[in-house]
Amino acid sequence: MPPIATPAASALIQPASTTPELLRNFCIIAHIDHGKSTLADRMLQLTGVVDERSMRAQYLDRMDIERERGITIKSQAVRMPWQVDEAAYALNMIDTPGHVDFTYEVSRSLAACEGAVLLVDAAQGIEAQTLANLYLAMENDLAIIPVLNKIDLPAAQPERFAEELATLIGGEPEDCLRVSGKTGVGVEVLLDAIVAQVPPPVGDPDAPARAMIFDSVYDTYRGVVTYVRVVDGQLSPREKIRMLSTNATHELLEIGVSSPEPHPTQGLGVGEVGYLITGVKDVRQSRVGDTVTNAAKPATESLGGYRDPQPMVYSGLYPIDGSDYPALRDALDKLKLNDAALAYEPETSVALGFGFRIGFLGLLHLEIVRERLEREFNLDLISTAPNVIYEVTMEDGTEVTVRNPSEFPTGKVKTVTEPIVKATLLAPSEFVGTIMELAQGRRGTLQGMDYLSEERVELRYILPLGEIIFDFFDQLKSRTRGYASLNYEISGEQDADLVKVDILLQGEQVDAFSAIVHRDKAYAYGVMMTGKLKELIPRQQFEVPIQAAIGARIIARETIRAMRKDVLAKCYGGDISRKRKLLEKQKEGKKRMKNIGRVEVPQEAFVAALSSDTTSGK
Amino acid sequence: MSARSTLPGSAPLASTLPASVVDGASERDFGVYLHVPFCSVRCGYCDFNTYTSTELGGGASQANYAATAIGEIELAAAAMAEVGLPRRPVSTVFLGGGTPTLLPAADLASLLDAVGQAWGLAGDVEVTTEANPDSVTAADLVRLAGAGFTRVSFGMQSAVPSVLHTLERTHDPRRIPDVVAWARDAGLHVSLDLIYGTPGETLDHWRTSLDAVLGLEPDHVSAYALTVEPGTKMGAQVRRGLLPMPDPDDEATKYEIAAAALAGAGYDWYEISNFARTTADRCRHNLGYWGSQDWWGVGPGAHSHIGGHRWWNVKHPRPYAERIDGGRLPVAESETLTDRQREDERVLLGVRLVDGLDVGADLRGRLPTLVGDGLIEAEPAATGRAVLTLRGRLLADTVVGALTD
Repeated sequence: MPPIATPAASALIQPASTTPELLRNFCIIAHIDHGKSTLADRMLQLTGVVDERSMRAQYLDRMDIERERGITIKSQAVRMPWQVDEAAYALNMIDTPGHVDFTYEVSRSLAACEGAVLLVDAAQGIEAQTLANLYLAMENDLAIIPVLNKIDLPAAQPERFAEELATLIGGEPEDCLRVSGKTGVGVEVLLDAIVAQVPPPVGDPDAPARAMIFDSVYDTYRGVVTYVRVVDGQLSPREKIRMLSTNATHELLEIGVSSPEPHPTQGLGVGEVGYLITGVKDVRQSRVGDTVTNAAKPATESLGGYRDPQPMVYSGLYPIDGSDYPALRDALDKLKLNDAALAYEPETSVALGFGFRIGFLGLLHLEIVRERLEREFNLDLISTAPNVIYEVTMEDGTEVTVRNPSEFPTGKVKTVTEPIVKATLLAPSEFVGTIMELAQGRRGTLQGMDYLSEERVELRYILPLGEIIFDFFDQLKSRTRGYASLNYEISGEQDADLVKVDILLQGEQVDAFSAIVHRDKAYAYGVMMTGKLKELIPRQQFEVPIQAAIGARIIARETIRAMRKDVLAKCYGGDISRKRKLLEKQKEGKKRMKNIGRVEVPQEAFVAALSSDTTSGK
Repeated sequence: MSARSTLPGSAPLASTLPASVVDGASERDFGVYLHVPFCSVRCGYCDFNTYTSTELGGGASQANYAATAIGEIELAAAAMAEVGLPRRPVSTVFLGGGTPTLLPAADLASLLDAVGQAWGLAGDVEVTTEANPDSVTAADLVRLAGAGFTRVSFGMQSAVPSVLHTLERTHDPRRIPDVVAWARDAGLHVSLDLIYGTPGETLDHWRTSLDAVLGLEPDHVSAYALTVEPGTKMGAQVRRGLLPMPDPDDEATKYEIAAAALAGAGYDWYEISNFARTTADRCRHNLGYWGSQDWWGVGPGAHSHIGGHRWWNVKHPRPYAERIDGGRLPVAESETLTDRQREDERVLLGVRLVDGLDVGADLRGRLPTLVGDGLIEAEPAATGRAVLTLRGRLLADTVVGALTD
């Protein structure tokens, strides 16, 4: 049965001519793996916008990486018709990114909605990330519809987690809907609840047009596709629009709605959600959070909340094959079109050659960019250990901003400040001790602790960002058997006793291995790194000292003993081909060596030494 | 890249050798290697192509093997003539294995005869056979000398019973002085092979073996570091942790001990692992390998080289014999070397020799660093020759790496 029974009803919800009373804008807040995409798929089917034949799993996650990792990076909006008691409604589902690095994008998606479906796995309960987004939604005064998903699972405990959700949002456990995105159970009830509980949008249709950009995506064929929520007035095809943050004007080449394929429309009215195409080629010209208005009759007040994306984590990316440098530059230029937060500049490393220092929103952002570079552009890359930005003040008063350990000044340092985060950790109560141990080891200070239920605890910490970008997530997961979750937000900075530890091979500093660490951990880092390198660097024909140093002071040392014999004694019997092929193989291997002074270091040694499990400073 | 081809069995003989092999042939020596793929027991460390069964069937059985190999000699001579190679008398013949002396001395003699008939033997021909100390008698050695053999190389490996046990060598070390005396009495030059670096071998064990060798006053000594090959029984023992992997530092120490002991007793190194009393005592056959001369390798799995063309025979004696019986050369695969590959081989083989390597003008700039690192001798380097120092002999791969691109 089609969701909309009559053509007359259907006519009332055409884009550009739907009254706000018939619109419902909502998003789904959920943790990775809690089944958001699968639920969205069921909604697309039930509302008839996607037929069975063209349904593919997780329809809305467009990028391969998203589908493979089961996470959503870029949000989208889909318009779906739904009928309740003879009345037709247009539902706009605004997808939200589900990771800590994209909190700002989430906040813009939430700002485009009047309601949120709080989707929680009925076998796992709420996670820290979801909790953070829930708070964000509550601050935005969104109507919250608590929903437990995966009730078909044998391990589901809907009673228990309904209780937990009720405590969190202050309702009754019975109000919590129960669905299975997999089987479709309860999804129709949920769609009805959205119509009933999410308030219709409110705006002034006669005011100058104002629409908020909540997503901006580069498409090879169409250029930048900008997703907006109209707050006041109306946007129409072919008119000139203006971006309030930059005052740049563009012509609207196309305007429409997604359901979920793009459908051009006669415009978008108050409360409506859709897309704009202006022909710009770079998402930086159409930034998330910006306000779009009509150029001829512009609004003067922006919608507020706009913020430039700030890279918080930096890492050097280098091609393993130096001749791939131009290809890496081209690839970054392409990625940048679709990633307003990506910032990079060329960098040279003695050890790694030519590469780029890249600023990321966070670790996941780093991983995604790196993976896309490797996968979509076929590049083999080495990334240096990620670091945060430090502000260093010298005794003579000069100030230095350090985005790369090699920029850390020599001389008398007065203070070093580092960014800190407010972190929220959710875990079963049995892991409280473990988590405290981990957080204290990372210089965390406990701010508070609350029991969500008898079994689950929320811990709040102030932690240096630099301490959690190495392997904090991995450690947290492995020490709590995967049960703990983490969310954090940047929360200013603090002074800290930080030093730069350099690694020297045969007296030559290897810039790629320098790290800025707390003084109390410098020795441990030095011992760990020199020990690791001793294992990774093959013996040379001379002795190679590996040292860790703070300035001129050596704090740790290992020695690679000289290799005394490399020759194959047996070279007779006429099988010269084999020996020659061995030589050819050695020569191939040599090409992948980097020379530090006279020491030949295999690429694999850099990769292994820089991989996160070795940089934890344990 | 080398041009590679698996030769179809039905191809005419001439197609087995490219015309390029003729270039400069008259300036190159021609040797013959004869492989005898039989042993009474297979040693744990050995990765040579050898079989312990006497009855592999047909022309592959031990009894018929000489006749089969003679078949290849005849096919070889025909193929070389067909491609237009000049007839060159054979300057060296080497019987290796396996254990050549498992075959009756008469068979070994008939193999040598066949070589003489196919190509003729040079007046100063060097004819060597490898011999296992426990499968050879005084009478055999006399017979071999009478048939034209000039040299015998005994696989002594060690004078220490526990080391021989680990190597799974079955001979009684007390037999060595006898076989050496018999060989000398028969008028044969004597070479002794030693292996160092066997798991469990101490430095004193190694000195004992060297002393034993020097006491026997052979003409020639080879000292090879034990190489553990993946496919061998010893390889499996090392992988499973039953035996320790030979330690390269220990092997280096033992090489230095050997080099000093041998030099002190008047044996000069002429190749990394080979030592001789006089220039005349050097093994000219092996020098042919290191000098990229021409040789035909007869027998299953044997490798051959003529003028930049290399090939190797099928490994198992049965298909080998079937091919010969069918009148076809038993080639498994071949490659024609590019100029670059020939240069690589010239470097990696030539640098092993006491006379050293002529370094091309383009790479001479690298010699001072090698001298500075103590890898090559300063004086010859001044005129563009790379001659390895003692340290350089142990780090020859580093030197080869520096002298190739």
